Amino acid sequence: MADIKDIQNEIIDEFSLFSEWMEKYEYIIDLGKSLPMIDPKAKVDNNLIKGCQSQVWLQAERTENGKVHFTADSDAIITKGIIALLIRVLDRQTPETIAHAELFFIEAIGLREHLSPTRSNGLVSMVKQMKLYGIAFQAQTGWKKHL
Amino acid sequence: MNVRTMIDIENIRKDFPILKREVNGYPLAYLDNGASAQRPAAVIDAIGHYYRMEHANVHRGVHFLSQEATRRYEEAREQLRVFINAAHDHEVLFTKGTTDSINLVANCFGRKFLAPGDEILITAMEHHSNIVPWQMICEEKGALLKVVPVADNGELEADAYAQLLNSRTRMVAMTHVSNTLGTINPVKAMIALAHERNIPVLLDGAQAVPHMAVDVQDLDVDFYTFSGHKMFGPTGVGILYGKEHWLRQMPPYQGGGNMIKTVSFEKTTYNTLPHKFEAGTPHIAGGIGLGEAARYLMQLGFDNIRAYEHELLEYATEKLTKTEGMRLIGTAPNKAAVLSFLIDGTHPYDVGMILDKLGIAVRTGHHCNQPLMDRFGIPGTIRASFAFYNTKAEIDRLAAGVERAVTMLQ
Ligand SMILES: Cc1ncc(COP(=O)(O)O)c(C=O)c1O
Repeated sequence: MADIKDIQNEIIDEFSLFSEWMEKYEYIIDLGKSLPMIDPKAKVDNNLIKGCQSQVWLQAERTENGKVHFTADSDAIITKGIIALLIRVLDRQTPETIAHAELFFIEAIGLREHLSPTRSNGLVSMVKQMKLYGIAFQAQTGWKKHL
Repeated sequence: MNVRTMIDIENIRKDFPILKREVNGYPLAYLDNGASAQRPAAVIDAIGHYYRMEHANVHRGVHFLSQEATRRYEEAREQLRVFINAAHDHEVLFTKGTTDSINLVANCFGRKFLAPGDEILITAMEHHSNIVPWQMICEEKGALLKVVPVADNGELEADAYAQLLNSRTRMVAMTHVSNTLGTINPVKAMIALAHERNIPVLLDGAQAVPHMAVDVQDLDVDFYTFSGHKMFGPTGVGILYGKEHWLRQMPPYQGGGNMIKTVSFEKTTYNTLPHKFEAGTPHIAGGIGLGEAARYLMQLGFDNIRAYEHELLEYATEKLTKTEGMRLIGTAPNKAAVLSFLIDGTHPYDVGMILDKLGIAVRTGHHCNQPLMDRFGIPGTIRASFAFYNTKAEIDRLAAGVERAVTMLQ
């Protein structure tokens, strides 16, 4: 799995091609449309992160090699496009990497406004939740070592 | 009457400094007046002048400035009395805003007049601020909250209202104009019906006073509430109008300075109206600014404002309904200049984001009307809410922006 710094730099490079916001948003919307749908069974309240403006569903599971696999969805397509980017960076990484991830690409591609708490679109809570999964899975591993 | 000759938009826009701003490289099209309107220079200047030249505490000094500040503050109250045509200045209380005004009534009226099994009647189109305070006092008192339903077109169901009024109803609390649907409720007739049973009525006028002349004596309403910031005045200040005989019977809201006549550790006697309900140092600059906003609106004239805004609403409705998949939420015949809508296959948040990129400010989401959204089975709407300084050119930009958003999103 690629290093999360490299993936983020790759995204920044891709976005540097866009000269105006319109192209950027068209790209994000396309990402949103192509994000693999979350398993309908995972669209349960337990996985729901309620924003005031849009909602996010996030599911995390442990893979056999100890990585974390995320799937997510949103009712708003721009939110979903940004989710696709977050998943591209954090999916199938180790719990340690996820727990300590520094997501510098958001700012660099000019999407910080979407991850501001005042937007209330569920994304801030989603990132927090992803990291919490990292921490929780980390703790699980640590605990299992002692079994 | 030709409206365009009555209201000179280009000159009016010059009164509002913020309208000259650019947002995301476009001239600002501010269509979120329902959330908060902008202030004319007259209001900003009045506040500035007060702080630069006139500030002192009110109602408590012998010195010149205190006297002057008190006079200016009380003149503002008088201005607001005229604005809503109340019978007396002391029926016009300064509060922090609509929310504060409603909480005051729910608390003070509720403490005095509510008993277990009593009912408060609200409607399904209330802002959260006219639901939650009543829920809280009902819970405390063992009283029940009853709700008048809303029909598909966004009007209240008149028959249901008549049926819900009964001998246990202690108060009707409802909005004059819906912030989401734009519906102007037939409040005068509804008040008359409640009064046949001696039930007092509180109106939430937050969305009415920016758009139409309100005459509390003509309405015969018992309590009327509104916010400064939605009527082109300051934030943090608003009004509670209450009929004298109700205000007299209600216990004070908060204790403190200003609201007392005499204080000893054994017993405190309360000040006369309106001060009984105005504990502590008030938002003096806010009150003065609000008085100025009322003066500004009256000078412009509500006949002119209504006629022009009606024209804007008709124009916007016609323009926007051309978009395919457009669903208007709120189609009552009698509406204020508010347009709430959804477009098939798009989420309000996405449309709002793209409009923002085009310099167009609208609101998206549930507008603090969650039960109403549930009623219509929708997550939220896109809401464009107009003021007299908006133009048809801005509506053209809105319509074009919506088309563009739909093309991008679908
Ligand atoms: C109908 C209505 N009532 C009450 C309020 C609350 O006003 P404020 O937040 O100024 O107290 C609003 C504001 O959104 C409103 O639209």
